[in-house]
Amino acid sequence: MGEKKVVLEVKGLKTSFFTDDGEVPAVDNVDFQIRQGEVLGIVGESGCGKSVTSLSIMGLVPSPPGKITGGEILFQDKDLTKLKEKQMRQVRGNDVAMIFQEPMTSLNPLFTIGDQLREAVKIHKRDWSKKQIQERAVEMMGLVGLPRPEALMKNYPHQLSGGMRQRVMIAMALLCDPKVLIADEPTTALDVTIQAQILKLIKGLNDRLDMAVLMITHDLGVVAETCERVIVMYAGKVVEEGPVRTIFKNPQHPYTKGLLASVPDMRFKKDRLYSIPGNVPKPGTIKTGCKFAARCEFAFDRCLVENPELYQTEEAHQTRCFLYDEKEVKPDERTFVKS
Amino acid sequence: MNEPLLRVEGLKKYFPIRSGLFSRVSGQVKAVDDVSFVVNEGETLGIVGESGCGKSTTGRMLMRLLDPTEGKMQFNGKDMMKLSDSEMRAARRDIQMVFQDPYASLNPRHTVERILMEPLNVHNIGKPEDRKKKVYDLLEIVGLSAYHAKRYPHQFSGGQRQRIGIARALMTNPKLIIADEPVSALDVSIQAQVLNLMQDLQEELNLTYIFIAHDLGVVRHISDRVAVMYLGQMVELTDSETLYDKPLHPYTQALLSAVPVPDPEFEREQVVISGDVPSPANPPSGCRFHTRCPFRMDICDKVVPKFAEVQSGHSVACHLYEESRPQ
Repeated sequence: MGEKKVVLEVKGLKTSFFTDDGEVPAVDNVDFQIRQGEVLGIVGESGCGKSVTSLSIMGLVPSPPGKITGGEILFQDKDLTKLKEKQMRQVRGNDVAMIFQEPMTSLNPLFTIGDQLREAVKIHKRDWSKKQIQERAVEMMGLVGLPRPEALMKNYPHQLSGGMRQRVMIAMALLCDPKVLIADEPTTALDVTIQAQILKLIKGLNDRLDMAVLMITHDLGVVAETCERVIVMYAGKVVEEGPVRTIFKNPQHPYTKGLLASVPDMRFKKDRLYSIPGNVPKPGTIKTGCKFAARCEFAFDRCLVENPELYQTEEAHQTRCFLYDEKEVKPDERTFVKS
Repeated sequence: MNEPLLRVEGLKKYFPIRSGLFSRVSGQVKAVDDVSFVVNEGETLGIVGESGCGKSTTGRMLMRLLDPTEGKMQFNGKDMMKLSDSEMRAARRDIQMVFQDPYASLNPRHTVERILMEPLNVHNIGKPEDRKKKVYDLLEIVGLSAYHAKRYPHQFSGGQRQRIGIARALMTNPKLIIADEPVSALDVSIQAQVLNLMQDLQEELNLTYIFIAHDLGVVRHISDRVAVMYLGQMVELTDSETLYDKPLHPYTQALLSAVPVPDPEFEREQVVISGDVPSPANPPSGCRFHTRCPFRMDICDKVVPKFAEVQSGHSVACHLYEESRPQ
C-alpha cells in the first residue's frame, strides 16, 4: 500500500479562533497524508479539532472568528490555504468533496433532490448539456443504491428517510469524481441498521472508485470497521497515528489506551469500565506541556513543562508521548506527578 | 421470587393523526402497541431499539408523563392507572427519571442548589434546614463538591451536568429510576464515568433501573435483562448474556450484527437488513418485521406472532419459534 501516491498532504496546519478571550487554537500543528484509495480515520472526542481539520481542508472555516494561521494543505501541487475563494470553489466539490453528519440540514428543503443534484453538476461542468447532467445525476443515484432514481428526483428532502438523505448527500459528493471524500460523522445521526448500510456503501465506493476517504468520527467501532489507518486527536493535536490493526492491538499513548478501554464492548461484559479521570480541557486553556498530562496516570515532571513530539515507535506508528522518547530517563528516575 | 417491583401488561399508546379543515382524526400512530414486562427489585432492565420503536414513549408512560391509551401498570403492589393526580404525584417520589440531554433538562436560571432542592419542596420532604444538607450530601455522592451548589448549569461540563441530573433524581430516595438515553450525549471517556457512577449508586442505594438506550454496547454493560423493541412492540426479552450471545429474533440478530465492533481483527457474518423502518402510522400486517426479515415465511404477513416464552426467561415474538414453545 505504501507505493500508492499521496493525494492530500496536510503539513503543520494551525487553525485558530479569535474570540474575546484571545486566540484559541483549535487545530495545533497537525500533519498527515492520505494516499489514493485509502480510508484514513480521524478519531477523537468533542473539541479535539477533528471537524475543524476537515473544514480547514475544504476552506470552510467560518471566518471571522476562525482563521488558518499556519501550515500547508497540499493537493495536486497546490496549497489550498493560499487559494482565492474563486479558485477554491473549483476544488471544492470537484476534487475534494464532503458529506456531513446531519443530511437534513445540508439539503435545501425548498428544492427537489433532482434540482440540487443538477445544480451541483452545473457549477463544475459548464459545458454539459441538460441531458448529460440529468444522466449523470441518475447514474450517481443508482450507484449509491437509491431505488427508482428518476421518480425520487422529483421528491423533496423531507419525503426521504434519514438513510436515504445520506445516500443523496453521498451521490451529490460523487457527482464530479472527487479524488478525496471527507466524511464528517456520516452515520452519527442514523440508526445502527442504517449505519451498517451506509458504512458498507462508503467502503464499497472507496474500493470501486479508488477514491481516498477521510473518515472523521468519535466512534471507535466505525474506525475499526472501515479504516486502514487512523489518527487519534486530543486537544487540537495528533497524539497517535498508525495502522488500525496496530493501534487497536497495541495502543501506546495513554489517551488512546484509556479511550479504547472505556468503550463498552458488545461481545462480552466487563465488570467495570475503565474511565479516564477529569474532563476534556477547554481549547486554549493548557499552554505548556503535554495537553493530556493532567488526566494521565503516567505523567511525570517533564510532561508539564515540555511539549512532546511525535515519536516513531514502530514502522508507520507514531506517538506523542515522552514515554516513547529514547532519550527519556528510566522509569525509576522519573518524578511522577499526582493527577 | 417476590412480587416484582413493576408489572406492565398490555401497555398501549396511540397518538391521533389529525388532518383536514376540522382536524378530524384520520389515523393513529401506534407508538407503543401491547407491551408487557416486569421489573424486579434491584435489577437493571435495558430497553433497546432504533428511533421510533417506542422505547422513550414506554419510559414516559411509566412516569405517567404520558397517559397510556390502554394497559395495566402495577408498581410496588399499587395499580398506577387508578391513582388520582395527587396520589400519582406522591407515587412519583418513588419513580424518578434521568433525561438524555443534560443541557435541556436543567433550568439555566436556577442554581444547582435550587434545582436539587425543588423535588424536596414539591414532595415536602424533610425540614427546610435539613434539605440543604441533603443537597450537599448528594452532590458529594455523585462526585461533585458542596461548593458547586451555588453555581449555574452553564458553568458545568456535559458529564458534570448529567451528574446533577442523577443527583436530582436521587433527591427523593426513589426505588425506580428510568434513565432515557442518559449517556448518549456524552463523550466516550465521560460516558464511562457516568456508567460507573450509576452502577455504584445502584449497589449502594439498592436502586432499580430501566435503562433506555440505542447503544447496544452500553446496554449490555449495564443491564441484567434486555428487551428489544421494534415499531412499538417488544420482539425479544431475556437476560443480557443470552440475548447478546444467542439472539433468537431475526431483528435482534440483525441489530447486533450491525453494530461496529471496536476491534479490526474481529470477523463475523453480517446480517445487513435492507430498507428502512416502516412508518408506525401504517405498520405492516402480521409480524411488523416481515418487510425486512431475511427468514420470512408465508404466515408472517398474516398472523401477528405471540410474544411468549420459548425457554424459561426468554421471550420472543417470532413464528420461527412457534413450535419450540412449551405448552
